[in-house]
Amino acid sequence: MADAVTITVNGAPVTVPAGATVAAAVALAGIHTFRRSVSGEPRAPLCGMGICFECCVTIDGREHVRSCQTSCAEGMEVRTDA
Amino acid sequence: MTDRAFDILVIGAGPAGLAAACRAAESGAKTAVMDENPRPGGQIWRASAGRLPVAAQPWVVTVGKQGVEWIPAARVFAAPAPGRLAIENAEGEFSLTYRSLILATGARERFLPFPGWTLPNVMGAGGLQALVKSGLPIGGKKIIVAGTGPLLLAVAQYLRSRRADVRLIAEQAPRRALARFAAGLPRHPEKLMQTAQFAWSLFGVKFLTGCWPVAAAGEGKLESVTLRRGGRTWTESCDYLACGFGLIPTTELAALLGCRIGTAGVEVDELQRSSVEDVYAAGEITGIGGVDLAVAEGEIAGFAAAGQPDRARRLFHARAAHRRFAAAMTRAFALREELKTLAHPETLICRCEDVPLGRIHACSGWRDAKLHTRCGMGPCQGRVCGGALEFLLGWKAESVRPPLLPVKVASLIGTEPGEEAS
Amino acid sequence: MPATYDVAIAGAGIVGAAVADECAAAGLRVVVVEPGPTGGGATGAGMGHIVVMDDSLAQLALTRYSVALWRELALELPPEVEYAKTGTIWVAADAEEMAEVECKRQVYTSAGVRADVLDERSLAEAEPQLRAGLAGGLLVPDDAVIYPPSAARFLLERAQARGAELRVGTAVELPGVGQALPPAKASTAGIRLRDSELLAAGIVVNATGAWAPELTPGIEVRKRKGHLAITDRYPGFVRHQLVELGYLKSAHSSAADSVAFNAQPRRTGQVLIGSSRQYDAPGPDIEAPILSRMLRRAQEYLPRVTDLLVIRCWTGFRAATPDKLPLIGPVAGSDRLYLATGHEGLGITTSLATGKLVADHILGRPSAIPREAYLPGRKHEAQHG
Repeated sequence: MADAVTITVNGAPVTVPAGATVAAAVALAGIHTFRRSVSGEPRAPLCGMGICFECCVTIDGREHVRSCQTSCAEGMEVRTDA
Repeated sequence: MTDRAFDILVIGAGPAGLAAACRAAESGAKTAVMDENPRPGGQIWRASAGRLPVAAQPWVVTVGKQGVEWIPAARVFAAPAPGRLAIENAEGEFSLTYRSLILATGARERFLPFPGWTLPNVMGAGGLQALVKSGLPIGGKKIIVAGTGPLLLAVAQYLRSRRADVRLIAEQAPRRALARFAAGLPRHPEKLMQTAQFAWSLFGVKFLTGCWPVAAAGEGKLESVTLRRGGRTWTESCDYLACGFGLIPTTELAALLGCRIGTAGVEVDELQRSSVEDVYAAGEITGIGGVDLAVAEGEIAGFAAAGQPDRARRLFHARAAHRRFAAAMTRAFALREELKTLAHPETLICRCEDVPLGRIHACSGWRDAKLHTRCGMGPCQGRVCGGALEFLLGWKAESVRPPLLPVKVASLIGTEPGEEAS
Repeated sequence: MPATYDVAIAGAGIVGAAVADECAAAGLRVVVVEPGPTGGGATGAGMGHIVVMDDSLAQLALTRYSVALWRELALELPPEVEYAKTGTIWVAADAEEMAEVECKRQVYTSAGVRADVLDERSLAEAEPQLRAGLAGGLLVPDDAVIYPPSAARFLLERAQARGAELRVGTAVELPGVGQALPPAKASTAGIRLRDSELLAAGIVVNATGAWAPELTPGIEVRKRKGHLAITDRYPGFVRHQLVELGYLKSAHSSAADSVAFNAQPRRTGQVLIGSSRQYDAPGPDIEAPILSRMLRRAQEYLPRVTDLLVIRCWTGFRAATPDKLPLIGPVAGSDRLYLATGHEGLGITTSLATGKLVADHILGRPSAIPREAYLPGRKHEAQHG
């Protein structure tokens, strides 16, 4: 098993240690806004354990995926709200 | 995954669940333990950089040796029939049936809203720790840890070990409550040792009692936190605020199964049996009490479910001691009344639907609020705002319906063919 | 001395609210009594679809009238009511259903309701997520969707602005325990509350939906359970309210449990998925087999719906009558006890018309449509379909 995994976040490649979550990768990419709330506020992870749904991003075209609960897999395409 | 049957099914692989699974399996029962996460440990024993905490390792090793079935990254979303749970994982939906069920679903943090709390990089205390353990880079970042409870010390210690710059720990409990708590520690020698360890490892970090955040600010993300202590209010710049006001038991599955839930958590008898036949509960869900109590309760539940009540009884004494400690903790870290004024009318309470406190004040209760403001109707189904509204307004959680969390339509369709009209 | 009202209404769902609104607008002194939050019954549980339906001429007349009333009201509705003219598409799976679509088009058009036939291609353009191979459908562009609890609240507030009183959190005494509604010989009619206060009123309106027989024993209203599921936000997944033609059969039948595909886009981008119907259900709990059947039916029309995340499921109880028409007007033999109930799946749509008809009747003025078909005590054939 590889020690590092490379995914893309909003089109840009990010390399993380194997086992790191997508949330960690998004933060490593320097992105603070994971999603926009219904009134347009920038939001990012709050609870770290899959309860708050603030960390949701789109992974490989699937929307509303909790990034803090998802391990990075090689080649994953992650999109955050602008 | 195909449908499976077990003698004893344990939900949650934190301290209570691992202990329960071990004792159940060593008594010969066909046992499985399931967790939402890909690795065991729950929150307090969460693996960091791939390695489990030392305290967790013997339990995980034993679970493996005893032939316990490990079901990772799976979530219970419904209880469609007695003795059966509907579960979703990455592959889809499946059912597990059991003769006995041990619920060890743990706890989550209580979030109290204040202006700016929705900014990126304001997180729970356990929340930030979990994210760092999952790979969030934290070295050199300025962090304020705030809220209440021993968790703050554990989090500060961990973050420091990851080379974060922990600026201060703001504990809302008053100094005299903590002093009273500390005076009782010699009764629990291991806890005294642990506290001494914290003090040593946190040397140089400001620890302020009677102190809490009143606002967070920044452009698009957190840049500063305003704190209050007595008559003094001041602002400090920081990159992350790790803030949690205690723990709340995760009782939704127990409630769905019909277990009686009291003010502290799931009601259990001396053998950790809930009010529902064949359903046991152990750990934080019976009442917040810390890791040692969780392990003791888990062992008792595992023995009891496996038909070994005598072995369970031998642990009653230890459990009682841990419960005394837990009670002292609860007293020491009770939330003070001033925290009820942190949220302003325009402060968002429900983050899923962006509902401010002012609109919720106009409602007569949860039903009214759900119908007319949509508070609690988003993906988290009130798990974040519920803890706040319980403290602020005394609103108790309503009954629980499936699905326990958002699941695919495919999972609700399931694998049984639909019945045709007769 | 207890206060005297012209009209006392039991039930602050959307029907009670509409009756209150119309009566208050006519200058009558109104009180509305409600134990739970406003809009907490079927009003809060249903789909909020404002739709013209043609199961019978009487149903067509009532829904057409009421849909037009909603359209007029739309300009005054606050944003939280979420009135949206999404239109309805009645989906035809095959040639046989397309023939029904053509009949339906004629019926609607004769009634002055805009309705356009969509062929296979134009259906696919209108709703790309529908599966390939459907024969087409009927687009009724002037149908709408709303968020009913907010609409009920709006109507109640408008009534209150005209002097109506709202007693929320107040339970009504049920017959047999105290007395709720007048026996034929009573000189004072009114609603007696659980704490013994009597709200004396010239006329009492029972607008308690599925609970109506508890307040007025003997009326032929049965609880008809329905399940619904709502997804996370997927804006644009569906654009119109989509209803399979089989929905009419499901709503019409009197016996077996049934499901019928029904999907609605909410303003939030969430997709609301229904529908199911059961008589004599064991209780309000979610029943996994029915839910599964309902969602499986949805999958047959919207194949990619299976990947959408469902946030919540819930159930509600419709008030169903033997002939599928509501009970609007005075009970037989009384001019003081009115019913405004039995709306089955059309309570939201026909609430405004119900308010008008009740107020018209009380004031002795003509209605925009004939009222006889909805009167309690009317002759009908009980249908065992």
